[in-house]
Amino acid sequence: MHEMSLAEGIRGIIVDAARRNNAPRITRVRVEIGRFAGVEKEALAFAFDVVMRGSPAEGAELVMIDLPGQALCFDCGEVVEIENRLDPCPACAGTRLMPQGGDDMRIKDLEVA
Amino acid sequence: MSQSRLIEIETGILSKNDRYAAANRTALADRGILAVNLVSSPGSGKTTLLCRTIEMLGNQPLAVIEGDQQTANDADRIRATGARAIQVNTGKGCHLDAHMVGHAMEHLDLAPASMLFIENVGNLVCPASFDLGEEAKIAILSVTEGEDKPLKYPDMFTAAKIALLNKIDLAPHCDVDLDLYEANLRRVNPTIEIIRTSARTGEGIEAWLGWLRDRLDARSRTKAAE
Repeated sequence: MHEMSLAEGIRGIIVDAARRNNAPRITRVRVEIGRFAGVEKEALAFAFDVVMRGSPAEGAELVMIDLPGQALCFDCGEVVEIENRLDPCPACAGTRLMPQGGDDMRIKDLEVA
Repeated sequence: MSQSRLIEIETGILSKNDRYAAANRTALADRGILAVNLVSSPGSGKTTLLCRTIEMLGNQPLAVIEGDQQTANDADRIRATGARAIQVNTGKGCHLDAHMVGHAMEHLDLAPASMLFIENVGNLVCPASFDLGEEAKIAILSVTEGEDKPLKYPDMFTAAKIALLNKIDLAPHCDVDLDLYEANLRRVNPTIEIIRTSARTGEGIEAWLGWLRDRLDARSRTKAAE
């Protein structure tokens, strides 16, 4: 739901970086999105297209790289990788898992022309 | 001929918000102020609970930042208790961000050792992602919402330190299982503290006030030790 704010955050950072590097146009943006970041990727892609209009990143390609979600299992004490937030622990089938990271939303790099 | 090249960024998308949040946190710590961020769905009873909290805190210096898309209704309700309140209308925005809260804090010019209550926009999704510089997010979940809300919206309940299971006076009329509410909260956040409250009858409010007072004391001790 807040993908529009995220796209605006991306715009501020990349336009600034392009200016500092004397790059008139941004052609590709790579972002890393953690599984637990709560980002709806389709909504972000849509918001990105809209928000970049009129900026040096208009028409740029948005590449989203998935980062795995890790969680600490309170039943067996292991840090495990899980696909979905409510998945049981793959080690012990416990259901009380606390995410450890995996909520990152980072801009990795830009391709500029 | 233009040549394409790669620029490394490695910056968090919310880094701007996080910088404002860090500035808010420093400003709060400098004056030994305890700030809490109240998050919930619309209609969980946040404002009623807050009014009750303010009345029972008596002489404790405090102020409220009210976030809603529209209207100043909630700030008016808070001011009716005698407390200072500032309304932030987010317009189309679905959450408060750290920049808005920083502005509101400047207007409020809080006294040292105050409590600052930030009532976020009623929304179980977006406010989970935005750090405002608060000590803790407090999730309010009313018994009329359904036991599975923590499972449907896990991010918010994972981000919260405390859940106030509110409107428990209504539980006998709603066919709800309070233990199941608690089990589902602990499933998405095994370390969450749960306090059962009723803003209407006052049940559980003392325990909630106790938590607030302990945290405020801890803030003053940290400040004094510096």
